[in-house]
Amino acid sequence: MSTLLDTLPYARFLGLQSLMEGDDLIVVMPFADHLIGNPMLPALHGGSTAALLEFTAVAQVALAYPRLSLPRPIDVTISYLRSGKPVDTLASARISRAGRRVAHVLAEAWQGDASHPIASLTANFLLMDDNA
Amino acid sequence: MSEAFLTEMLPILAGGTAHTQSLGFVLDKVRDDRVTLRAPYRPDLVGDPQTHVLAGGLVTTMLDHVGGLAVWVRMQEFRPIATLDLRVDYMRPARPNEDLLAEARCYRLTKSIAFIRAWAFETSPDDPVAAAQGAYVLTGDGADQIGANLKTGTRAAGAKA
Repeated sequence: MSTLLDTLPYARFLGLQSLMEGDDLIVVMPFADHLIGNPMLPALHGGSTAALLEFTAVAQVALAYPRLSLPRPIDVTISYLRSGKPVDTLASARISRAGRRVAHVLAEAWQGDASHPIASLTANFLLMDDNA
Repeated sequence: MSEAFLTEMLPILAGGTAHTQSLGFVLDKVRDDRVTLRAPYRPDLVGDPQTHVLAGGLVTTMLDHVGGLAVWVRMQEFRPIATLDLRVDYMRPARPNEDLLAEARCYRLTKSIAFIRAWAFETSPDDPVAAAQGAYVLTGDGADQIGANLKTGTRAAGAKA
């Protein structure tokens, strides 16, 4: 899976790395200065965290449905639960349901303690055949 | 509205911090309560190299950021805010090699929460790449603390010293 995110330019821009814990995909966004949105706190830009969550969802769907071309987001809702500290952020995603056309995905991002997520994502993705 | 806020502060808020600067965000224009942000097309901001389409996460970031700018335009000043939630609907892929614009409007501002709508597009918000709605919490003065929206006294009565 590390190869997928390595091929996506914006995932590389964010510095995303993926690792497998058993069957679970974890995506890591190592802290970097260019992810900061609020220099006074300091805190990660909400967009950095949102993009991490979205790529985690994309990677999880691509892992479950490797034959399909990359899933396209239909709609994405991000809830920000805690301020993102200037440290490494991790994320994982779960596919709630995948039909023929649409996959519904939940994802969470956390720093240190997975039971205290900093943000969550609820999203629908369009599943496409390679020749679609 | 303070002219200095619009001409000096807002461009910094739009593209002057680490993340927005690294993404190349620039303030495009302010018209009444609508504010527009521009992201020049860059190959390293692409989501899928097979399509050359800008990443969904970048579009989300733009909409989140322009929503915040709209809150400040509505308040006519800078105050600390934090995004509470943001919903983005993706209507179509962004066109490769074209700048992306995002426009937002804060249509309701209360003492503790601001509500925005935003659109991302290349040429016109009538032909959107994505549309968003979001809520932002005004974090200054402890506005994000539990019970901060309750009247004084009510909150104290329920709190332990």
